[in-house]
Amino acid sequence: MTGLPIQYGMGLAALLFIAGLTGLVVRRNALFVLMCLEIMLNSTGLAFIVAGARWQAPDGQSMFILIIALAAAEAAIGLGLLLQLYKRFRTIDIDAASEMHG
Amino acid sequence: MSLLVLTLIFPLAGAIALSLFPRMPDNTARTIGAGSVGLAALVTAIVMVFWGANGGYPYIQTLWQWIAVGDFDINFSLYLDGLSITMMGVITGVGFLIHFFAAWYMVHDLEGDPGMARFFAYMNLFIVAMLLLVLGDNLLLLYLGWEGVGLCSYLLIGYYYKTPANAWAAYKAFVVTRIGDVFLAIGLFLLYTVFGTLNIQTLLHEAPQVWNQGGVMVNVAAVLLLLGACGKSAQLPLQTWLADAMAGPTPVSALIHAATMVTAGVYLIARTHGIFELAPAIQELVGVVGGLTLLIAGLAATAQTDIKRVIAYSTMSQIGYMFLALGVGAWQAAIFHLMIHAFFKSLLFLTAGSVIIACHHEQNIFKMGGLRKTLPLDYWLMVIGGAALAALPLVTAGFYSKDAILWEAVANGHGVLWLFGLVGAFITSIYTFRMIFIVFHGEQKIHAEAGRGIPHHLPLIVLGVLSTFIGALIGQPLDGVLPSGAVEDYPWIEIIFEVISSVVVLVGLGVAAALFLGKRQLITQATEGGPGRKTWLFFNSALGFDWLYDKGFVQPFLWVARGHRHDWIEAIVNVVPGLASIGNSGLSAVQDGRVRWYAMVMFAGTAVLLAVLMFG
Amino acid sequence: MLLCWLLFIPFIGGAACWLAGRDNPEGAVPRWIAFATMALVFIPALWLWAAGDFSLTGLGGGAPHWQREISAPWIPAFGIDFHLAIDGLSVIMVLLASLLGMLAVACSWTQVRERVGAFHMNLLWTLGGVIGIFLAIDLFLYFFFWELMLIPMYFLIALWGHGEFERAAHVRAAVKFFIYTQASGLLMLASILGVVFVHYGQTGTLTFDYNALLNTQLGGAFGMVLMLGFFIAFAVKLPAVPFHGWLADAQANAPSSGAVDLSGILVKTAAYGFLRLALPLFPESSAAFAPVAMALGVISIYYGAVMAFAQTDMKRLISYASISHMGFVLIGLYAGTLLSLQGVIVQVVASAVSTAALFIIAGQLYERLGTRDMRRLGGLFGRLGALPGFALVFVVATLGMPATANFIGEFLIFFGAFGDWPWTVVIASGGMVLAVVYALYLMHRVYWGTPSDEGTIARMSAREYTVMMTLVVVTLLVGLFPQTVLSVSQTTMTEVSQWFAHGLAASTAS
Repeated sequence: MTGLPIQYGMGLAALLFIAGLTGLVVRRNALFVLMCLEIMLNSTGLAFIVAGARWQAPDGQSMFILIIALAAAEAAIGLGLLLQLYKRFRTIDIDAASEMHG
Repeated sequence: MSLLVLTLIFPLAGAIALSLFPRMPDNTARTIGAGSVGLAALVTAIVMVFWGANGGYPYIQTLWQWIAVGDFDINFSLYLDGLSITMMGVITGVGFLIHFFAAWYMVHDLEGDPGMARFFAYMNLFIVAMLLLVLGDNLLLLYLGWEGVGLCSYLLIGYYYKTPANAWAAYKAFVVTRIGDVFLAIGLFLLYTVFGTLNIQTLLHEAPQVWNQGGVMVNVAAVLLLLGACGKSAQLPLQTWLADAMAGPTPVSALIHAATMVTAGVYLIARTHGIFELAPAIQELVGVVGGLTLLIAGLAATAQTDIKRVIAYSTMSQIGYMFLALGVGAWQAAIFHLMIHAFFKSLLFLTAGSVIIACHHEQNIFKMGGLRKTLPLDYWLMVIGGAALAALPLVTAGFYSKDAILWEAVANGHGVLWLFGLVGAFITSIYTFRMIFIVFHGEQKIHAEAGRGIPHHLPLIVLGVLSTFIGALIGQPLDGVLPSGAVEDYPWIEIIFEVISSVVVLVGLGVAAALFLGKRQLITQATEGGPGRKTWLFFNSALGFDWLYDKGFVQPFLWVARGHRHDWIEAIVNVVPGLASIGNSGLSAVQDGRVRWYAMVMFAGTAVLLAVLMFG
Repeated sequence: MLLCWLLFIPFIGGAACWLAGRDNPEGAVPRWIAFATMALVFIPALWLWAAGDFSLTGLGGGAPHWQREISAPWIPAFGIDFHLAIDGLSVIMVLLASLLGMLAVACSWTQVRERVGAFHMNLLWTLGGVIGIFLAIDLFLYFFFWELMLIPMYFLIALWGHGEFERAAHVRAAVKFFIYTQASGLLMLASILGVVFVHYGQTGTLTFDYNALLNTQLGGAFGMVLMLGFFIAFAVKLPAVPFHGWLADAQANAPSSGAVDLSGILVKTAAYGFLRLALPLFPESSAAFAPVAMALGVISIYYGAVMAFAQTDMKRLISYASISHMGFVLIGLYAGTLLSLQGVIVQVVASAVSTAALFIIAGQLYERLGTRDMRRLGGLFGRLGALPGFALVFVVATLGMPATANFIGEFLIFFGAFGDWPWTVVIASGGMVLAVVYALYLMHRVYWGTPSDEGTIARMSAREYTVMMTLVVVTLLVGLFPQTVLSVSQTTMTEVSQWFAHGLAASTAS
């Protein structure tokens, strides 16, 4: 398959990852934090797909399936946590939950 | 002969009974306390008879094997020979008289307070320890007695513990004597290491074969023994505790700090005489220590106001004579003086105790005065005792014993020490009669009630009789145990020297009479101000040794101890957990609970790692 | 079988105490169970002591001579056995531990009032661990018990601490104790593994068995490093300056019965460890290290004595006094002659008994007066019945009065050490003067002086009197008839001294 060069796919994945990370660090709203995490997960998934396509190996796709499963579980748990957070602190500001000081 | 152990068992049983049942009635306590020592004295008398009848050979009674580790084999054995039997006689005989007197004294001294049983428990225990000291056939057993008497001395000095000064006097006595004890202990280690035994007779037998005359090791060993003896016998430089030890009840002063314990040093040196004979320089030193102590103590005694302190300093001075005798090789004379001294000094102390009780616990001689009329018995006994102490010629026991020492000093060529002794005799005469004149002559300043009853009279009178020339008739079976030290007879020269010392003593008496009989104007004026006053204070503080030791040892130690309120070595070790703690607080500041911050750091870390991997 | 009995009885008894304590939180049932348990250890130990044959016959270098031995595979893959054995040294130690255990139960009878069952469980398990140490001759098993005894001890200090401090102070002291001993235990584990691997390298068999490891050649720098691992572990436990920081804090905070343990038993495991492991396994390195150890001993004697004098808390004074005692032990150990090693045994027993007794007295005073601050006491002599008399006996024992056990210990150590180390002994003897200074200071601050008030304080109960009388009898018995101890430990100490002498010869030859 002579499609896009691998640099393009990888570059997109990196851009998505950085976007997600920036969101993760900057946003305090827990919902956005979760979304950013999803973006980062999917960006790594993209990287696997691209790499799998480049070397004609099935590993990339199987990794992507694993990541989807992980992302689904993460979303479910993350939303559950978010609901608990809201219940307890009446806010979804993630810094409000920073009670763990060493 | 196997009765010997009973002399230990009776007082020991008494001490145990008295300490297990401290709340027994006072009369029971007195009976047990004095009775047990009485029985011990009786047994001693029987043992003496048997021992003499058997020809006076040394007798060993082994009770049990004390310590046996490899070659280190120490038995709990009693050794009876002429020296120990003499000491036993003094300890149980004079000890019993003092216990008997104490049964009278303590009733008046306690005035109903509890503590009778405690007093006699300590006293009985003391007798046991002292007997072990003189009967032990090895140095370790001797050391057991040695420390035991020190403990009892401590307990009895601090008997009236409610007065802090008494308790601290006891403390001082124990600490100072312990310093001497440690030297003695080191001496024991040395002797065992060299000879592989601590048995005294074996040591004395082997010492001349192992050691050369005047070798380094024998000198070291002798010095260590001497320092041990100095501690117990209150000789220079460990003499400072004895005067303060007068805080104890008066019978204690008589028994421990006059008749028996303080002479233990003399006994020790006499017992180990073989070692000192191998170290002539150290033997000379013994004499010098004695000579200096007798002068210092004599001068101190001339400026005391407390009747017991006068007698205490006189004790130090008399023990100085004994040391002087040991130093000049007059071994038998030293032990003779030890016995005579035990008679007249316990007489003086007990009489002083009787006077103190009669004057309602007043001890300052300047507040007494004129007691000759109200306390005639005490007066005459004090005169007898004082005369013996001053060695008035011919009629007193002290004359014979002290003169033997002075004569042998001259005869053995120790002219300087003889001079020390002679000056000492002069001073002795002055302070003794100063005390008697101030207490019993002049105008009466205090109301006094004479003591009554047999327990009061009998011991005093017996001791009084023994202090006269009758006491000097008691022979001592020391031949074969100690070198006689006697020199070839120069009867005429000896008589000349006896006359010299007699004259000195009588002049001293005259000086004392001139100064302290009558209105005492001369001495009062001399000590009122200026240099006279300073001299008086200097003598009164026994030439300032206490001050010196306080500045030199006590204060530095307290200073060090104050620096150790906090454990500084631990503080240094605590640097390690301190560092861990700093690291902990630094790292835990990072762990602040903000998830976003963690993500950031994680990413930064990954980026750095990647960069290192890619470009590194 | 008897050895298993000695070892397991405390653990079983401890569990029983805990169960009984759940139904009977205030009652006496756990106390009686605990007491009976210790008695069940004490009586067989006494029998072993009385019936054992500890004579020197059949002594011919090489393997140690055990009275009884029991062995079963535990972790065969690593050559670890459940191997117990007993000889004269362990008999004395077990006897001492169980005696003090009984007294510890007896003297906490009224002092511990909360969670009685759990308290006695911890107490008995600590003792079980200690007895395990004395019996185990598989090094891994030894280490196992070494660690095992710490945990219940930690809880004893942290949960039942008493004194004029906050709970937080107890926990702090407990943590300090735990970290000190745990860290030193780690060093010991490393050294044990080192020894095992060296032995594996030399013979090809992997074993933790003491008898086998004794034959390992452990010379040179590596041997010295391994020896130091043991040395530090035991020096912490002894404790010797500068590893003593935990002791005073732990003892000042421990419940009085826990304090008895600490001083009387835990500390003694260190001396036992020196005699059983450090000296026999590393005779050569130990002989080479002796000057340092001696110096630490002398420093401990003086530093402990000066610190003891400077304290105001009675219990801290006693702790520092025991550090001073342990300085003598260190000197005796590294002098390594039969005489000095026998002195060490007696000194260990003596110090255990006298220190324990003084702690018990301090506990009893605290129970009556609510303070241990000596600045607030004084003049108590006539107000407490027999208690001050006992205090006097043990104060006097502490300063090494002849006729008490302490005298025998100190003097045998000095007699044994003087031949090779005269100046060390001379300097260390100065400690005997300082011992008088601090020990009598205790008497003066607490018992002599002007009483603040004339009223009498509760006198000793029959239970307290019996406890103290037992200790007095032990002290005097060992002081006057030291052969009761010496002849039992003779064989073991002869072996140790012979190994040490070989080591000395080897280290001076190289």
